[in-house]
Amino acid sequence: MHTMENQWFTISVYSENHVGLLNRISGIFLKRHINIESLNVSKSEIEGISKFTIVVNTTENWTRHIVAQIEKQIEVIKAFYHTDEETIYQESALFKIASHLLFDERQIQNIIKESHAQIVTVSRDFFVLAKTGRRSEIDEMHDQLEPFGIMQFVRSGRIAVTKAEMPITALLAEFQQA
Amino acid sequence: MKFDEFNHLAGMEPVKELQKKSESKKAIRISGAEAIIHCLLEEGANLIYGYPGGAIMPVYDELYKFQDQLHHVLTRHEQGAIHAAQGYARVSGKVGVAMATSGPGATNLVTGLADAQIDSTPLVCITGQVPRHLLGSDAFQETDIIGISTPVTKWNYQVTKASEIPEIIAKAFYIARSGRPGPVLVDITKNAQFDSLDFTYTPCKGVRSYIPVPKADPKALQQAADLINQAKKPYIVFGQGVILGEAEAELKAFVEKTGIPAAWTILGLSAMDSDHPLNVGMVGMHGNYGPNVLTNECDLLLAIGMRFDDRVTGNLDTYAKQAKIIHMEIDPAEVDKNVKVDVALLGDARETLSRLLPLCEENSHESWLAEFRAKDREEYEAVIKNDLHPTKEGLTMGEVIAQINEASGHKAVIVTDVGQHQMVACRYSKFRQSKSSITSGGLGTMGFALPAAIGAKMGAMDREVVAVIGDGGYQMTIQELGTIFQTKAPVKIVVLNNDFLGMVRQWQELFFDKRYASTIMTNPDFVKIAEGYHIRARRVDNRAELAGAVAEMMASEEAYFLEVKVEKEDNVFPMIPSGASVSDIRLK
Repeated sequence: MHTMENQWFTISVYSENHVGLLNRISGIFLKRHINIESLNVSKSEIEGISKFTIVVNTTENWTRHIVAQIEKQIEVIKAFYHTDEETIYQESALFKIASHLLFDERQIQNIIKESHAQIVTVSRDFFVLAKTGRRSEIDEMHDQLEPFGIMQFVRSGRIAVTKAEMPITALLAEFQQA
Repeated sequence: MKFDEFNHLAGMEPVKELQKKSESKKAIRISGAEAIIHCLLEEGANLIYGYPGGAIMPVYDELYKFQDQLHHVLTRHEQGAIHAAQGYARVSGKVGVAMATSGPGATNLVTGLADAQIDSTPLVCITGQVPRHLLGSDAFQETDIIGISTPVTKWNYQVTKASEIPEIIAKAFYIARSGRPGPVLVDITKNAQFDSLDFTYTPCKGVRSYIPVPKADPKALQQAADLINQAKKPYIVFGQGVILGEAEAELKAFVEKTGIPAAWTILGLSAMDSDHPLNVGMVGMHGNYGPNVLTNECDLLLAIGMRFDDRVTGNLDTYAKQAKIIHMEIDPAEVDKNVKVDVALLGDARETLSRLLPLCEENSHESWLAEFRAKDREEYEAVIKNDLHPTKEGLTMGEVIAQINEASGHKAVIVTDVGQHQMVACRYSKFRQSKSSITSGGLGTMGFALPAAIGAKMGAMDREVVAVIGDGGYQMTIQELGTIFQTKAPVKIVVLNNDFLGMVRQWQELFFDKRYASTIMTNPDFVKIAEGYHIRARRVDNRAELAGAVAEMMASEEAYFLEVKVEKEDNVFPMIPSGASVSDIRLK
């Protein structure tokens, strides 16, 4: 197997929502000198349970160690890791662009149409485009818009769901019994 | 007359049920600071170590009021407090408690937290913190101890409201002692100490996101038994998991039934009688010859409550590659971390061993065991003979340890620091009873032994406690002589003085062409220093006086300091050079 080659992994962590847990989890990466490529924290499908979605580019061996260490933290219920093939994942980006360009540069309208981006708002001075998709699609749109001038750009961390089931509810029930 | 704190301590009753407020479920209105005291008593913690300061003063004020029930030992430094709590925990199996103020008080605990984390020692540390409204303002003695201690604690929490105190302290004790034990830090803001709450206490019985002891796979148990029953050259390496899991009797029964030779890691020392015929000695960098070399000869390696530390395995690429490996382990994160195993037996060592025992056949492995004995003879000729029966004039560390063994009837708790003396003490001490060797294994914390010995003595009042320390590590926490003086804790202190940072010097000799960079110590008069604290003290620099001096020390009913001037440039062998294979262990 390719356990010693670097590849992209999405780590999903189900946890209690506690102050300091983010620090505890990020410290596990820090201790191993591994960069977090993206991080998203949100509520999960279970009430009161948070979900971290962390993307790293490292070996499967390291990822397995990291996930084991994350899972060991008291407030973590369960952590998983998956390859890109095993997940459905998206990122979101916002582009702030000067309003006059929308009329002066025909190409921009084409880019908006072709990329299926949404116009979130238009004001006298600027308009904002939102684009959700794979990193490569967002990068492509960014490259196309860049020559015209982007006033502000921001991209979210990856959010992902797995193709396989995540039996968190069952796990929580098991914890309750123990 | 000076208050005899130690005898007072010895006379103290365990926490009485009467003192426990939880009996009556009716809430009482008390301050957060008083609630902390009640929580400690509820958890059976009537002996704590610490150092006062501004942000923890309300708790110290309550300690004053409760001094008949809860004894606080004032150390001379917060590091001393936490190491003492560690010594107490390691010798007693109870949770050690250390207390400190905010800022420097809290940061001085960090080395002990890291030590307890890596050596799985159950601790609850309580630190004071600036009031809630000053958090983040860089107030006097404010430091982010939650941020600082996160990587070196099993769990930590900042309490900002008095009402949180009972639940959080209950949880802290539960987490510290359950599963794989570890240190927990609870940081309590000063307003939470002053404010009132309606106090009731419910011990913590579980945390929903935390499984302390993972469930074993019944199939794995049978697989393990099959491997054990089929093996021709099976080999056990056990660690502290046996002691923490109180599985000593189960290990003995298992070893005796299966006839498997058993070696120990440094933290597993004393879990099995040193003279048991199937106890083959220590693994690791300065372990015994046979146990290291034969790791690469066995056909089955059964690891029990140990974590394949690099000081045990040497080069992982050449570690036990020929063997099937079974790993009994309570912490799932340790499985396959360093060594890929064939069968993992998750769970606590005692339960796993008891369940495995009936599945294993009675057996003996005489010719395999004879291989260990043959290697023992090689080691004896090359190393042990010279260490224990030297023909040269200078004293060896080995003969001092042997003398202490003899004089204590193998009954003493030996607390060691870090370095050459530690390796020698662990190699040559003979134990009959578990929890007899206390040392800083994973972190290698110089300065550990003196304060840890104070805690060990208070955690095992009826046992003799001998701290064996090098001249370097001794001076890292030498101030704790003050704690010994004040408490009258009858700790025996042996400093093996070679006027060098011996282990580093040894490496410089072997691997850095004898360039002794900053390892030569110009030492003070240690006897005078001990005497300055009114501790009986003696120096020995020749063989003729050694036995007498050790006997005098052991006979003393009070604390006693013995400095032994040993050979300056002795080396500890055998030795696996850093990064080498266990097969390439050197005898000289």
